[in-house]
Amino acid sequence: MTHNPRTIGIAAGRIAPGELADNFSDLHPPLDWHEARVQADRCYFCHDAPCMEACPTSIDIPLFIRQIATDTPEAAAKTIFDQNILGGMCARVCPTETLCEEACVREAAEGKPVRIGELQRYATDRLMAKDVHPYTRAAVTGKRVAVVGAGPAGLSCAHRLAMKGHDVVVYDARPKPGGLNEYGIAAYKSTDDFAQAEVDWLLKIGGITIETGKKLGEGLSLDALTADYDAVFLAIGLGGVNALSAEGNDRAGVEDAISFIADLRQATDLTSLPVGRNVVVIGGGMTAVDAAVQSKLLGAESVTIAYRRGADRMGASKFEQDLAASHGVRILFNVMPVAVHGNGAATEIELEYTEDRDGRLTGTGETFRLAADQVFRAIGQTLTDAPEGIEIVGGKIAVNGAGRTSLAGVWAGGDCAQGGEDLTVTAVAEGRDAAEDIHATLMGG
Amino acid sequence: MADLTTDFLGIKSPNPFWLASAPPTDKEYNVRRAFEAGWGGVVWKTLGAEGPPVVNVNGPRYGAIWGADRRLLGLNNIELITDRPLEVNLEEMARVKADYPDRALIASLMVPCDEASWKAILPRVAETNADGIELNFGCPHGMAERGMGSAVGQVPEYIEMVTRWCKQYYDRPVIVKLTPNITDIRRPAEAAKNGGADAVSLINTINSITSVNLDTFSPEPMIDGKGTHGGYCGPAVKPIALNMIAEIARNPETHGLPISGIGGVTTWRDAAEFMVMGCGNVQVCTAAMTYGFKVVQEMISGLSQWMDEKGYASTDEFIGKGVPNVTDWQFLNLNYVTKAKIDQDACIKCGRCYAACEDTSHQAIAMSEDRRFEVIDEECVACNLCVNVCPVEDCITMVEMDKGSVDPRTGREVGDYANWTTHPNNPSSVPAAE
Ligand SMILES: Cc1cc2nc3c(=O)[nH]c(=O)nc-3n(C[C@H](O)[C@H](O)[C@H](O)COP(=O)(O)OP(=O)(O)OC[C@H]3O[C@@H](n4cnc5c(N)ncnc54)[C@H](O)[C@@H]3O)c2cc1C
Ligand SMILES: Cc1cc2nc3c(=O)[nH]c(=O)nc-3n(C[C@H](O)[C@H](O)[C@H](O)COP(=O)(O)O)c2cc1C
Ligand code: SF4
Repeated sequence: MTHNPRTIGIAAGRIAPGELADNFSDLHPPLDWHEARVQADRCYFCHDAPCMEACPTSIDIPLFIRQIATDTPEAAAKTIFDQNILGGMCARVCPTETLCEEACVREAAEGKPVRIGELQRYATDRLMAKDVHPYTRAAVTGKRVAVVGAGPAGLSCAHRLAMKGHDVVVYDARPKPGGLNEYGIAAYKSTDDFAQAEVDWLLKIGGITIETGKKLGEGLSLDALTADYDAVFLAIGLGGVNALSAEGNDRAGVEDAISFIADLRQATDLTSLPVGRNVVVIGGGMTAVDAAVQSKLLGAESVTIAYRRGADRMGASKFEQDLAASHGVRILFNVMPVAVHGNGAATEIELEYTEDRDGRLTGTGETFRLAADQVFRAIGQTLTDAPEGIEIVGGKIAVNGAGRTSLAGVWAGGDCAQGGEDLTVTAVAEGRDAAEDIHATLMGG
Repeated sequence: MADLTTDFLGIKSPNPFWLASAPPTDKEYNVRRAFEAGWGGVVWKTLGAEGPPVVNVNGPRYGAIWGADRRLLGLNNIELITDRPLEVNLEEMARVKADYPDRALIASLMVPCDEASWKAILPRVAETNADGIELNFGCPHGMAERGMGSAVGQVPEYIEMVTRWCKQYYDRPVIVKLTPNITDIRRPAEAAKNGGADAVSLINTINSITSVNLDTFSPEPMIDGKGTHGGYCGPAVKPIALNMIAEIARNPETHGLPISGIGGVTTWRDAAEFMVMGCGNVQVCTAAMTYGFKVVQEMISGLSQWMDEKGYASTDEFIGKGVPNVTDWQFLNLNYVTKAKIDQDACIKCGRCYAACEDTSHQAIAMSEDRRFEVIDEECVACNLCVNVCPVEDCITMVEMDKGSVDPRTGREVGDYANWTTHPNNPSSVPAAE
């Protein structure tokens, strides 16, 4: 091994390949039969279950858990997919601690919810392993719908539309479909190329064509799409990244966290992926935690998250904060970057303490420096490529009802659209609901 | 997806899951919601004769047995038949049946044991357009003290007599519901058949006291310091029900008599087991009372998945399929030799198998200094106790010995099928024909 965690600067191969592979294995190893039965047995089959209410896609959780308990995981998976066709990915990536599991009555009673997410994976893995797609298409309607963006929102919408008998073409700017499932989600949440396997499985319904390398705004225009198709669904996510206003933010070593994560997700050999010795991540959301933890797992010696507000305001859940801490990531609260120093490339970051003065965040004037040869910006994504003339509210495409935009015949959902949290599961719900509305509109008139 | 439609006595229902006669079926409101939830049919809560309805105790009316995590395993009740006026029930039944023609609706009846009483109620029931009737000869408490319910069900002659009246004054299917509080279940079943019953249903609840309050020194459920035996039901009674059903299904006198299976059916698997043992459908009470009507959705999805996996297109293809495999002890193969085998990788070294075998069975498990547990084939009679007490599923399994190999316990070769009837130790054995 040429490098180690203490190698100065940004370097690849800091730890041995075996250890690296272990580091990036499943965050939660799949439940085996016995564990699943024991977990399933804990479910009370609550009436009008709070967990179901808390799931953005409203999966019938008590029913699917009971189906696991009676040893029919395939039926359980069907219950899940009926509501959420990306139930496999959601089982891996949902922050269940703030969704279904937070609502579990066992969480309230004993602080130990039924492990719903892991049970969902148990069920969906089993049906998907059968390699038969559980849905068939309704009679072909002759209607054609264009979906822009092959992330969770786009895929979910496309599947539901195909099931209703419509023909769907999904356009995506990137070379691979999946959106952030493929390019964003932490590697240890989606192992074994699950994102692509899931897309392949979803497409087995038929009636969906995916066209990658086709970008709205570059050769593909909304006008052309609305002219060629009966409806358009925009699911382009958030393509832009907020800039860092600190001095020296153009130094080598200062990067976007999501580009780093995308490179990591696309790397075929993690030993060739470089990472800093001292990494500082600016931000407080899921992206910040993912960038920090994965830097650590790649072999960075020290990793710090610098968040400008207190722990209670942090976008990342308590579970994620603990996950970061358990990997040796230090989280600094109430600090903001003022400068990145270095002789050329970054070597240090200067942070200033902050305080909340009458609801306004301001620097206290007191600063300190941390060694930093790599600095990741994870301070939020922004909407780019929104088509001309579409109404925007609060930086997102304005929608009402089930994803209707200000333009006739154009729907939107997922991160690019107004409403809901920016989560995979929310994107799936919005895609599905927009598909239902598109279907009702196309067939009604 | 497999077709779950069932035809029981010509009564069609979209699935074989009926709600048993009990509180879940005591009124229109319940039954409508049950049908909306997916139940294939209902047996309405037992109706009594015209006149002032029976009176229940205020309660508590139920007692229970729980598992460690308070999973309800057995329920007991001291309720009577419906305490609502006959007229009201009949009107409601007629309305519900009219609105749900595709679902089965059966009237459960219990009136005094005289011809006039039965003759009076049957035409009233017929007017509701119910698909059939079920005679409640099972209720073990309260009503039995008044000469009805299990008081009739325990006397085969009465069963036959009442069944005959019903066949005489009512022209739709008559199901006789049997009480398990009897020594030999075959006798009441035969009586029902002789009386012309179209089917039997079983089991009703079992006489029981679920627990005793050690402060008030009274049985539970306790009413003002006193208690009475109630009817036991729920998962705990399933093994008893299965046996009684199998006995009727394989009895030459009643073989082929349609059976509606009741007693602890909680999941699709229970239902499948009852049907394989000869039931044309199943009835459910406690599972619905524990989990609500929605519980039927798991039964439906599970049974159809199982049927798909087995390649069954309809329920007829497996109903009764297991009956030929129920036999008398004397016909079991004495040359079927198995040995317990412990999977060392799966073993978690708790030692329960050792304690069980060493203390209470055949001293056939060896324990080493480092807690390795191994079966001593020379001692193992394959009683299965270690399998039953092991907390790890499939850790201990029974491995069949090949024919011709030598059983180290007996020193004898594993031979061909041979049973007790021809065994030399049997004083009345008949030597096998040459
Ligand atoms: C690093 C990171 C980690 C995350 N971790 C989690 C997590 O653990 N759990 C969770 O629930 N959520 C997580 N999220 C959020 C989640 O990934 C998103 O909410 C979700 O992917 C949104 O789905 P979407 O379909 O709206 O957009 P995206 O997944 O972003 O998909 C949009 C698609 O549109 C394409 N596209 C964009 N612009 C154009 C254009 N002009 N023309 C054509 N195609 C275009 C993109 O290539 C992309 O494929 C994470 C996000 C990030 C950034
Ligand atoms: C509270 C209660 C009331 C019941 N009332 C009746 C009744 O009126 N008529 C009847 O035939 N059976 C009655 N039963 C018996 C059930 O129909 C059924 O036979 C029994 O509960 C076994 O089924 P299970 O294990 O699914 O509960 C009653 C059971 C319970 C728990
Ligand atoms: S279930 Fe509880 S609340 Fe309802 S009637 Fe019985 S005792 Fe009362």
